This record gives sequence, C-alpha cells and structure tokens, in this order.
Amino acid sequence: MSLYNLTAHALHEKLKAREITAVALTESVYARIEAVEPHVKGYLTLTKDIALEQARAADAGFQKGNDMPPLAGIPIAIKDVICTKGVRTTCASKILSNFVPPYDATVMTKLHQQGVVMLGKTNMDEFAMGSSTENSAYQITHNPWNLGTIPGGSSGGSAAVVSADAAICSLGSDTGGSIRQPAALCGVVGMKPTYGRVSRYGLVAFASSLDQIGPFSKDVTDCALLLNAICGSDAMDSTSVDMPVPDFTQSLINDAKGLKIGVPKEYFAQGLEAEVADRVHAAIAVLEQLGATVEEISLPHTEYAIATYYIIAPAEASANLARYDGVRYGYRTENPADLLNMYKKTRSEGFGPEVKRRIMLGTFALSAGYQDAYYRKAQKVRTLIKSDFDAAFQKVDVIATPTSPTPAFKIGERTADALQMYLSDVMTTPASHAGLPGISVPCGFVESGLPVGLQFLAAPFAEEKLLRAAYTFEQNTEHHRQKPDLSSFLVEN
Amino acid sequence: MATITTDGVRHVANLARLEFNDEETQHFTEQLARILDYIGKLNELETDAVPPTSHIHPLQNVTKPDVVKSSYPREEVLANAPEAEAGYFGVPRVIDTAN
Repeated sequence: MSLYNLTAHALHEKLKAREITAVALTESVYARIEAVEPHVKGYLTLTKDIALEQARAADAGFQKGNDMPPLAGIPIAIKDVICTKGVRTTCASKILSNFVPPYDATVMTKLHQQGVVMLGKTNMDEFAMGSSTENSAYQITHNPWNLGTIPGGSSGGSAAVVSADAAICSLGSDTGGSIRQPAALCGVVGMKPTYGRVSRYGLVAFASSLDQIGPFSKDVTDCALLLNAICGSDAMDSTSVDMPVPDFTQSLINDAKGLKIGVPKEYFAQGLEAEVADRVHAAIAVLEQLGATVEEISLPHTEYAIATYYIIAPAEASANLARYDGVRYGYRTENPADLLNMYKKTRSEGFGPEVKRRIMLGTFALSAGYQDAYYRKAQKVRTLIKSDFDAAFQKVDVIATPTSPTPAFKIGERTADALQMYLSDVMTTPASHAGLPGISVPCGFVESGLPVGLQFLAAPFAEEKLLRAAYTFEQNTEHHRQKPDLSSFLVEN
Repeated sequence: MATITTDGVRHVANLARLEFNDEETQHFTEQLARILDYIGKLNELETDAVPPTSHIHPLQNVTKPDVVKSSYPREEVLANAPEAEAGYFGVPRVIDTAN
C-alpha cells in the first residue's frame, strides 16, 4: 500500500501522528501521476511547485503540534471550471486558454484555510457541457477501469484522477449530473450538495439556477470531510443559502434501521441496462436486510426532465456565455474588421461545437416569439418535476436509483449524436431541477468489469440522510475498495 | 412548438454573435430541429395553471450592506485583456473619425 492509495481521513491520522509528512505524501501522489497520467490524461494543468509549498506549510503546522484541520496536507485536484488565483483556469475551452484568474473561488479560499495541497486542474467537457469529457478542447480523458471508455462528464477529469489514485480527492461541479454520473462511471464517491449549500462565487457560470460545486472521494467519510470544508453561505453569492451547516461527519452512522427508501419505478424503465438494474436492486436489498424499509414510489414527470433541462440549461448558458467577447479576457481573433466582426470571429473560433450548439439552442429558446413556448414552458414543467419530489419526500427519507442507465461507454460512441449524448443524463437531471442533494456510491461491476453507481437523493438540505444511507451501504459492502488495474503502467520505486 | 429553418439559424446565430458557413448552418439546422422535436414532448403536459420555477429557494432581493470596498487592482484585471492601453481595455475603432 502506497500513500497515494489512501483516503484523506486515513492520511490525516498518519500526518497527525507524524508517521508521514505532507511533502512525502505529495511526492508519492506526483509519482503516481507521472506513472498513470500519460494513459488517463485527467489533468490539464499540474501545479507541483505550489503543491510542495503548501505541503511544507502543512508539515510546519503538524511539526509544531498544532491542531490541524482534517484536510491539511491532503493533495486534492480541482476541476478547471473553478477559479484559482494565479493558476490558469480554462474551462477546457480555447476561449479561456490564457485566462489566469486574479482571485480564488470561495471554495478555494475555504480549502486553503484547511491547508490543502493543490495538485492541479482537471479536464472536463468545455464549459461543463457534456457527459463524457470528450468536449474538452484539449484532450480526451480515459476511464481508468477501461482506457477505451469515457470517464463520464462533465467532471470526467476529477472523477478519473481519484479513481486512478492520481489525487486523494477532488472537486467538480454538477449542473445536470456532472459529478454524480462520472463518479458512477469511474467507481468513486461523488456528491452534488443542495443548490445553495456551496457558494458559486468563482465557479465559471454555465446554468446559474442549477450549477453546484461538490466533492469526489474514495469513500463516504472523505465526502463528509470535504462537505464540511466547502459548505456555507457567502456574501459573494446571493443564491447561497444562509442555513446552519452541520458537522457532516456526525452523519456517518452505520445503521439503516428505520431508514425509509423510495425506489421510483420510472427509473427502472426502458433504456436501463439489465446488469445495471441488477446491481442497483442488489444494493437496495443490502440496505433492506440491514433494517431499511423499501417501497416503490412514482415520480411521474421523470420522462420530461431531459427536455426541460435542454431548454433551461442552454437558455441560462446563452446568457452567461455572452461575456466571452474578446475584450476583457481570453482569446481574441486576429485582425478583426470591426467590433461586431471581432465578437463573431472571437466566439466562433473560441467555442467548440457543443458549446455553440447550446448557445444556439438557448438563444432560440429565449428569442422573441419563442420565450413562452420554450423557456416559460420548461420552467413550468420544472415545477411539476419538483412537486413529484416534494410529494415523495413526504413518505420516504431517501430515494435510491441507478446513477447512470449504462456503465461507461466507448470513446467516440455517442459524439456523433447530440441527443443520444443528452439522454445519458436521464437519471441525474430530475434532481437538478429540484435542487436536491444527490450522492453516487460504487455498488458493483458489470461483467465487462466496469463500475456501476448507486444514486441516493434527499430533500433539500437533507445531506445528512444521504450520508447515512451511503455510509451504511459502504460499510457493509466492499465495492469501494476495488481499484482499477493500472499496474502495467506503474514504475514502482 | 415550431421547428427551425436555415434562415432561423442565421437569425439566431446573429443574435448570439456567432457565424457559420453554409455547411455549418445546414448542420446546426438539422441538429437543432431534431433536439427541438424531442423537446416538443413537453406539449403533452397541460401547464396553464402551473407557476414557473426559476430556482428552488424562496429567496428574494438578497442585499448586502452598501459599503465601499476596494476592487481588484487595475493592472491585475487588465493583465488578462487581449489588448490594453493607458489603463483601459483596447477594442477595434468604434467611432469613425473621418466623417
């Protein structure tokens, strides 16, 4: 067992006991990155100099015997959609290829207060638009469980590097499933907190009524530690909610007795692969044996979630991405004829095809004569989807579903058909509309060896119930201990 | 719900400050038409009496104290600009001084 294999909470004990140093840990993770990155390609930028400096600072604190925070000295990767002061932040887009933020996102400020070690910035679908990370302008990230398959998206880099032990944990962002789906496909834990739990200040905006930052980790305990670090209201984000943040480690309770689990029949309908359904049913049965009660529920508007999402998210994106005009930051076209020509050429050269598609879709849905038929209609259906969940949570504590209808698909398999790619998000977008917290935990493997994710959803601000359900499942199963076999790439020293 | 034509795509592209060649226009027309056709499934639902949801929390008019604070240093902000001159962002000439 090398240091890079371990969880943050296990490493914290070793750091606290001064069995290891943060510098040695950081070196161990970078050695792992060097070995696996040529094959996984999860990082866009590595920040080793900064990391070692942060590691030395953490070590100084531990040496003095200070009471150090749980994430002090822990190497963590950051999705390249989160602004990092002085470190290039590209959103995997050509249009931001040279953007160096003059400020840190609030989550970064909070992580730095803990004394984390920042390893680097991870690959993603351009502006977080996609479900496979193939929409990156820079590189394709490979799923560590099968390098011929995608890692999911849009936070595919953040999921893949944790899965490959090329980071202890990471941050991603989830708009329609961009944390939960890649977590499932890469066999790691990923959580989208309730909309409003985590400040979006410094998160480059995609769809502002849906976007939320959240953690990837190797187990549920680390997930709770990361939530403790990043949650809380922020004057810099008026949609962050002023609610007390509990100590989420208190929810790590290995007990399912009395837990009411709802299983929505609509999530087990057509399009769900049989092997995925089997693993998820088996996982729910584990919790039932441990004392949870399981009942079938109905969320009747589930089938409308994707259509609703592909109006609301592109509409908000079309407004948010209007800021990329070649004036204040980012790419500018060469030798424009005039100002209008500069806008058009800059944007047409700087954005990739999926981003243009969504800007077009969103601009259309908001244009004169169509706004009521599309955007307004979608907002009304959003109310219906939310009402389904409100009714369900009158009866149950958590909802259990597959996270993705299929395991990881082959690189290139869905890129030709935008609509087919959109339907990858069928299990995750409904909860996004309702702002619900959701977690994906590993729950087994299909015959080909690819991991399957189990998704739990809870009412707004009921993350504690999610953590309890997920922790109980994890403590009574071994799936999260499985690691992808990357030994052929490893040069052990 | 309506579908979209190549002229519609050209109009929307102009609104979005994007430009496409004929091949791209054709491509986007076909793709957007297919996606809009799928989105048309929302018309199966009667929503006249349903209020819209813009976001999930009952927050309104969140304000903060009106306190003067310093902003980011000008040179740091301009460091990201493709063109900067005399402390300002530089853009192609907007006003034609010849006339």
